[in-house]
Amino acid sequence: MGTVAVQGLCKSFGKVQALDGVTLDVPDGAFFVVLGPSGAGKTTTLRAIAGLDKLDSGSVHLDGKDATGDAPAARDLAMVFQNYALYPRHTVFENIASPLRARRCSSREIAAAVERMSRLLHIERLLQRRPAQLSGGEMQRVALARALVRSPRAFLMDEPLTNLDLKLRVEMRTELTRIHRSLGATFVYVTNDQVEALSMADQVAVLREGKVQQVGTPTEVYERPANRWVAGFVGSPPISLLACRAEGDRLVGAAGWTLPRPRWATAQDGRALLLGLRAEDLSVEQRGDASLAGELYGLEPLGDRTVVDVRVGTEILKVKARPTVVGTPGERLRVTVDLDRAHLFDADTGLSLSGAGR
Amino acid sequence: MAVSVDKAVAAGPARDRPPRVRRRGGRGRGRSLLEVVLLTVLAVVMLFPVLWMIETSIKENRDVYAIPAEFIGFTVTLDHFKDVFVAGDGGRSALSVAFLNSVVVAGVSTVLATVLGVPAAWAYSRFTLRAKKDQLFFILSTRFMPPVVVVVPIFLMYRQVGLIDTKLGLILIYAAFNVPFTIWMMKGFVDEVPAEYEDAAMLDGYTRLQAFWKFTLPLLVPGIAATAVFALIFSWNEFVFAIFLTSSDSVRTAPPAIAGLIGGTTVDWGLVAAASVVFALPVLVFAYLVRRHLVAGVTLGAVRR
Repeated sequence: MGTVAVQGLCKSFGKVQALDGVTLDVPDGAFFVVLGPSGAGKTTTLRAIAGLDKLDSGSVHLDGKDATGDAPAARDLAMVFQNYALYPRHTVFENIASPLRARRCSSREIAAAVERMSRLLHIERLLQRRPAQLSGGEMQRVALARALVRSPRAFLMDEPLTNLDLKLRVEMRTELTRIHRSLGATFVYVTNDQVEALSMADQVAVLREGKVQQVGTPTEVYERPANRWVAGFVGSPPISLLACRAEGDRLVGAAGWTLPRPRWATAQDGRALLLGLRAEDLSVEQRGDASLAGELYGLEPLGDRTVVDVRVGTEILKVKARPTVVGTPGERLRVTVDLDRAHLFDADTGLSLSGAGR
Repeated sequence: MAVSVDKAVAAGPARDRPPRVRRRGGRGRGRSLLEVVLLTVLAVVMLFPVLWMIETSIKENRDVYAIPAEFIGFTVTLDHFKDVFVAGDGGRSALSVAFLNSVVVAGVSTVLATVLGVPAAWAYSRFTLRAKKDQLFFILSTRFMPPVVVVVPIFLMYRQVGLIDTKLGLILIYAAFNVPFTIWMMKGFVDEVPAEYEDAAMLDGYTRLQAFWKFTLPLLVPGIAATAVFALIFSWNEFVFAIFLTSSDSVRTAPPAIAGLIGGTTVDWGLVAAASVVFALPVLVFAYLVRRHLVAGVTLGAVRR
């Protein structure tokens, strides 16, 4: 068992409200990712679960039992810190052994467990070194080993891959997913990298300014963002948002364009809206009726694809295109829109209007 | 062609170099000459009394009063050092008792200040406390005035509670002066140690105090050493409270005891000098042992905030 449930977490540091009623429900065995930009309250949430910070209000339940006031040691959790927090005076062996020493395991058990972990994470050769003699990737593995060496209720990970270079990060992503699957344990994983979130998570909670914006599977968060802000944060290149309003059977853009109104768009006429269009739902090739006129603003070749920036009125649309696409800035072109996959948001509240009708 | 071009290019800087080096060297020599002169003057001024003290301590009494004074070529004797420790009748001298008292008072008060101050510094560094800055300012404010200002009130209070002329009284007052200093200096050191080590240790299963004891404290040892030496030097050298609050030979510490040697009809300057040498040695040895930490303590621990 390893469920983690937090209810109405509030925490402020001086005048800054870091957490404002955060409620999350992490099921047993889930790879649960808390995603958000820096300053969203992700780390504070994790520290609240771990019991490292005192809360202003709210509760933490572990395996269904109230653990709000419990000391960190009593919560039976393991954590990987963003800067790893390896004990500088201890060898790698002693770092990994630390959770077992705290629990007074016999030295034979400890030696066996550390050996098993070092094999799993390929750090056998490093056991007698000290943290200062390790590279970033090695430190990360040792920190991971220290967390994994026992079987706690849940693993808490605070941006463990942020300090690694890109290649290593991709490698460790796969490794972590593999470890999660083989252990079947609960992971609560904090990151500001939406690629990490989408690729590793069973469930994603998107956090912003101390409030949960949306909880769902990666697909849900990507395909049905709850508000314009989630839509803008998840996905790369970011979603393009165009100001418009509904008029009868048409959507009329602030820049003067018109598109047929999608059947699912139930917004009342005249209301200020934002039309959200993802790069892959747009095309510079002629493929359908719905299209927008614009001019080429720039090209971003990314190897496997090219992102075409198209200016429509004063707004920029990001359009995914074949890597072979060519064009000169200023050139007039039409962008085909897949309206069935478009999103509509209320411009005032930012909330999605496309959820129910689809 | 290519060779000559290379030569021409190489020759340019080469021609330039000698005068530039000379200019630079000349300026450097000028500055260092000034430095050497100033440092020599300073060294003479600072070291002459020390040298004089050491010389006097190993001169025979008639050489001490010789006019003109003998810098070299006097008879060397260690009798004064013997007199520091051994009384005329062969028993322990009053000075040696005073030195022992100094060791006890300075040592215990330093240990007390460290034991109280280090955990306090840790708490001030790690926890959010109500009016933390005001508390820290209040603690520091006890060091704003010269200690002599409170001698009379302390004397009256000590008389009430019977701490006059006791080693415990001196230990307590020295610890009271050293605790604020320890807290402030140690807080700088604790701030330098990331709190994450303790967080990690608590998640490993240790209590907060175990986390501090096992993981943070070892990293603070250099800072503690530097802080303790400063506290030790303060307690060791302290004169005002010692002379006001103690009177009997069995309690008195070395500074008032040495001062007490002067003022009779005849002054045994050799004994005064020998006692002073013995008194200065421990501080020098300690300062030397922790010299690197002292610098770290001065620049890092105390300066921050």
